[in-house]
Amino acid sequence: MLLSYREALNQAMREEMRRDSRIFLIGEEVGYYQGAFKVTKGFVEEFGPQRVVDTPITEAGFTGLAIGAAMAGLHPIVELMTMNFGIVALDQIVNNAAKIRYMSGGQLSVPLVIRGPGSAAHQLGAQHSQSLEAWFCHVPGLKVIAPATPHDAKGLLKSAIRDHNPVIFIEAQLLYGTKGEVGDGEYTIPLGQADVKREGTDVTLVAYSKMLLVALEAAEQLSREGLDVEVIDPRTLKPLDLDTIMTSVTKTGRLVIVEEGWRFCGLGAQIAESIYSAAFDYLDAPIVRVTGEDVPIPYSRPLEDAAIPDVPRVVTAVKSLCGAG
Amino acid sequence: MANMDKVDLLSLYRRMLLIRRFEEKSAEMYALAKIAGFLHLYIGEEAIAVGAIDALRPDDYVISAYRDHGHCLARGSDPGKVMAELFGKATGLCQGKGGSMHLVDLPKRFMGGYAIVGGHIPLATGLAFASKYQKQDLVTVCFFGEGAVPSGQAHEAFNLAALWKLPVIFICENNRYGMGTPVQRAVALYENVAEAARSYGIAAERVDGMDVFAVRALMRRVVDQVRAGQGPYFIEAMTYRFMGHSMADPSHGHYRTKDEVEEHRKRDPLVVLKETMLNQAQCSESDFKELEREVGEVVAAAVTFADESPFPDPASLHADVLVEE
Ligand SMILES: Cc1ncc(C[n+]2csc(CCOP(=O)(O)OP(=O)(O)O)c2C)c(N)n1
Repeated sequence: MLLSYREALNQAMREEMRRDSRIFLIGEEVGYYQGAFKVTKGFVEEFGPQRVVDTPITEAGFTGLAIGAAMAGLHPIVELMTMNFGIVALDQIVNNAAKIRYMSGGQLSVPLVIRGPGSAAHQLGAQHSQSLEAWFCHVPGLKVIAPATPHDAKGLLKSAIRDHNPVIFIEAQLLYGTKGEVGDGEYTIPLGQADVKREGTDVTLVAYSKMLLVALEAAEQLSREGLDVEVIDPRTLKPLDLDTIMTSVTKTGRLVIVEEGWRFCGLGAQIAESIYSAAFDYLDAPIVRVTGEDVPIPYSRPLEDAAIPDVPRVVTAVKSLCGAG
Repeated sequence: MANMDKVDLLSLYRRMLLIRRFEEKSAEMYALAKIAGFLHLYIGEEAIAVGAIDALRPDDYVISAYRDHGHCLARGSDPGKVMAELFGKATGLCQGKGGSMHLVDLPKRFMGGYAIVGGHIPLATGLAFASKYQKQDLVTVCFFGEGAVPSGQAHEAFNLAALWKLPVIFICENNRYGMGTPVQRAVALYENVAEAARSYGIAAERVDGMDVFAVRALMRRVVDQVRAGQGPYFIEAMTYRFMGHSMADPSHGHYRTKDEVEEHRKRDPLVVLKETMLNQAQCSESDFKELEREVGEVVAAAVTFADESPFPDPASLHADVLVEE
């Protein structure tokens, strides 16, 4: 079935909410407005306002409320209008959701999904364009997912909802309208399993979320120039499936990591460190990172474009790494 | 207060005495470096925890901040396990991973102590949200200091609780100081802190927190209303902490005088209760002697248990970060 990313998310939540009455959705405009990005279209009609809860603009308050509800046996899905507003709720996410299980010696758990759009879209300005996944990945006690395709979005969201831990689920805003084949009927994708999106032998390209599409297009272009690129989507950023990346690198001997987030302390640095320490002997060249620039994302179109990795930059990076530049 | 039941009085006094002697012993253990970190004593405020929790059912939820020993013991937690947690031992309530500020006792529905001022108030609304969602007639009681009242998280939680008529009782323990800052310098409405809740339409009342009967009588009335679905309630319990903010702080410090502390000590809730009992309830000095002896033994046994318990196995370091499937 051909579905948009937005429809795939809608389907995942709908199926899960039909299955389990402990699941409820909470956030700004999720009910009668049907979601700022229309991910929750039709939800309030089907599930009613008790399970599709519209909130005031109080991210710390309703995220904390969801954590408390999870402690008492419910399974909340918190929709953040954008992940940028998660910063307002960061105390709840970092100091409570991520720590309650550990501090209680395993007595309590927080089965919770916090989801919403992340990263830059078209000229939204610095406060609405951030890729904050590295922040969340840094904190023990959280799982972090950033699916790139409608198929992955559905299967991973269902797994996130069934998980007994707090899961941060980042949906790139520009992906909502993208379409893809989604498996028919009920399926889940286990968390922590990367996917080889394109097989190749010359170089490994690791990219997630919106950057996967950039990487795949770059791989297409490079194949016309005779380079055979393998593209891997980790999908789950924490826990990270290093085995799949490792297997690929031992085959290709070359690794390029693409991420939209800021370079300094970015996720790519973590992946590079892990590969260096585990597979150094297999590397034929240094690992290359293609990342967002270390600036607040600017408004002006050419400046915004300059701040974010694009296909030409990925192509250039791969070619120079392979000595074909 | 005629015809007061002697058994009831002795039981109230016993619980307050247990908190007092337990904490005095904790202070000693801190001086001996058996207990480390921050240790915030509740001495002087015992009538609130005991009076409030006495009005609850065993399945109601209780949640607290970092001055949580009193609430935890009033809820009926095993003093040995509480002391072992303060010692950081494997037999502690949270297997040594929580410590003084993060006591959790799930079987007692003691949902934890939390160290970020204001941060647990949204959790309390979430526990109440869950019981309403699950159609359980439970109430949640949330303790915090007056220092938390101006925080944004408290206000977000008050608003949500009032908006959705959640069964939560907010108990502000107004001991007049947040660390070294008197309420007059922290809360604009310091003469009536409860206005903070009233502004959201939450019914609010002030009570003498040094009088266990007054606290309990108010709570019995309020718990029934809240359980019946009439929405949240805010209680401002006037009290005073006799000790410093924590063990790092002397009992008066730069911010208050010795005379002031001595003045308040005249209204020591244990002394107030004992006088009532001697005057009106056929209790005798020998009853108190007996209680002292018994409670002394319980506390001594708690220390022995904590002392003789093993530290956690370093292998447990990574346990309970996440729920493992
Ligand atoms: C958000 C936050 N800021 C600062 C602190 C440091 N701090 C710990 S306790 C405290 C005073 C709180 O006073 P109050 O809420 O009145 O409680 P009390 O100690 O009087 O029981 C402060 C400032 C903290 N724990 N959390």
